[in-house]
Amino acid sequence: MMRDRPTPSIEVNDITVSYSNGVAAVRNATFELGPSTICALVGINGSGKSTLFKTIMGFLTPSAGSVRIAGLPVKAALRQGLVAYVPQSEEVDWNFPVLVEDVVMMGRYGHMNVLRIPAKADRAAVDQALDRVGMSEYRTRQIGELSGGQKKRVFLARALAQGSEIVLLDEPFTGVDVKTESAIIDLLRAMRDEGRLMFVSTHNLGSVPDFCDQVVLFNRTVLAYGPTATTFTEANLAQAFGGLLRHVRLSGPDLHDDADQRRVTVLTDDERPLVLYGERDQEKHVNPDRSETP
Amino acid sequence: MTWSAPAWLWSWFIDPLAHGFMQRGLVVAVLVGAVCALLSCYLVLKGWALMGDAVSHAVLPGIVIAHVIQIPLAIGAFAAGLGCAIATGYIKSNSRIKEDAVMGIVFSGLFALGLVLFVKVETDQHLNHILFGNMLGVQWPDVLEAALIAVPAIVIVIAKRRDLLLYCFDPTHARAIGLPVGTLHFGLLTLLALTIVASLKAVGIILVIAMLIAPGAIGYLLTKRFDAMLAIAAAAAIGSSVVGTILSFHIDGATGPTIVVVQSALFVLAVMIKRGGRSANA
Ligand SMILES: Nc1ncnc2c1ncn2[C@@H]1O[C@H](COP(=O)(O)OP(=O)(O)OP(=O)(O)O)[C@@H](O)[C@H]1O
Ligand SMILES: [Mg+2]
Repeated sequence: MMRDRPTPSIEVNDITVSYSNGVAAVRNATFELGPSTICALVGINGSGKSTLFKTIMGFLTPSAGSVRIAGLPVKAALRQGLVAYVPQSEEVDWNFPVLVEDVVMMGRYGHMNVLRIPAKADRAAVDQALDRVGMSEYRTRQIGELSGGQKKRVFLARALAQGSEIVLLDEPFTGVDVKTESAIIDLLRAMRDEGRLMFVSTHNLGSVPDFCDQVVLFNRTVLAYGPTATTFTEANLAQAFGGLLRHVRLSGPDLHDDADQRRVTVLTDDERPLVLYGERDQEKHVNPDRSETP
Repeated sequence: MTWSAPAWLWSWFIDPLAHGFMQRGLVVAVLVGAVCALLSCYLVLKGWALMGDAVSHAVLPGIVIAHVIQIPLAIGAFAAGLGCAIATGYIKSNSRIKEDAVMGIVFSGLFALGLVLFVKVETDQHLNHILFGNMLGVQWPDVLEAALIAVPAIVIVIAKRRDLLLYCFDPTHARAIGLPVGTLHFGLLTLLALTIVASLKAVGIILVIAMLIAPGAIGYLLTKRFDAMLAIAAAAAIGSSVVGTILSFHIDGATGPTIVVVQSALFVLAVMIKRGGRSANA
């Protein structure tokens, strides 16, 4: 499937992006991502994550610097169908007479002839994508007749069906339940193993070490980027978030690695917390098991 | 001798077609009805119902100017209509005024200009015919002209219906998969202007607005699938054109308006069917 397709990569070269009101939302950002990668884009509200994505997609033009996708200018890469993009929120009219399966089929248009008549492979890709996000039973629903999280899953399915080498997901986990979230993460892993490049913005710090090999910490510019293990550190996060992180430190004897039977339970009402454990500055990411409270 | 109902109905339909003007009128009504119906689906979905209004009003000064500088009226009308659509887009993207307000200003301004010019310039045209068409007065060359525009427009819309739908539904995704959104946008506006030009002689610039909205609205009410919406809109429009043309002959009424009245009746019927269906479901 990936044969004689270009190797996925994103090169962001010293870009500055301003809105028409003069707000420079991104300044001198530079980084580079390669194949077989899941990279997280992490930053506070208003740090320019969505702006960065829109610039990579060519919807916004940088006033300085350049973006290249798979070694090509953005337009050429899009024309080859190399990039799938799921925006933070879909700005579509939910009353359109299109069904769930029609929307997912729109992901396949780049693979079809000019009349957009679906072939067997296109139908199979749609079936598979719907199945992977668990929306098969809703396939003949009109698109507006879904819950917010279900709508999100449909647009994820469309990006999957597109079969692109590069996938940009702008906060795919907001508004989806835990089950769907882990299904999406499994999916991202499978796609990484096929050699693709996934670039995912998220507020969900806890799950970043879980599935992302690379991290870009972002606030108007790139604060740090590189492998998760060395980049996603408390010091870097403190810089990215300033004082805005909810900070729960459980220190002392409770956390000793011995026969002690007591356990630490951290309950949060929305996102998974990031748990770090170890000596100061040598902390490791801990993966709290995801069992729900009974 | 007893007449069976179908035979009576048959002659009600067929007898008027003994007249040449009825044949020409019917052909042109069906052509115009079909092309307007297909486009109306996109206009209704994209929230561009007013765009049909705008472009058709803007055609008037184009017609008068074309008369003055002696070029085919269709070309003047097309240029003015498309110009209006483009001007609307330009003003909208370069100001904070909402699109409907821009269209209101642009089209009423152009329409007024057209009226001023029309009164000033002596033409052989009847204002009434430009405004409301003269379906039964069309000649075969007029039918041919309408067909030369309407048939390719119908073919293009049907062939490109999925791309146009995607562009209307989710332009961001259309761009992301590398579709030429600019071409689709201006293609749709060009088709709109062409359709209005094709309809000019038959239904005129006021009544064409109804034909560019009602069929799409009927289809939208009755189905959740886009292909079905296109089919319903086309069927409703063609049916209205046939029934309206024949009916106008029997009641000795104006043909264009009769067609629009039939379409509007179908729209009311669709609303009632929809309401009935909903309360039955509830
Ligand atoms: N259309 C716009 N016009 C002007 N300024 C904008 C526009 N969109 C965003 N901005 C500004 O640009 C900055 C970056 O916005 P952006 O949407 O990229 O942030 P984000 O990191 O995606 O935030 P969030 O986490 O809330 O999604 C913000 O300061 C925002 O106010
Ligand atoms: Mg954002």
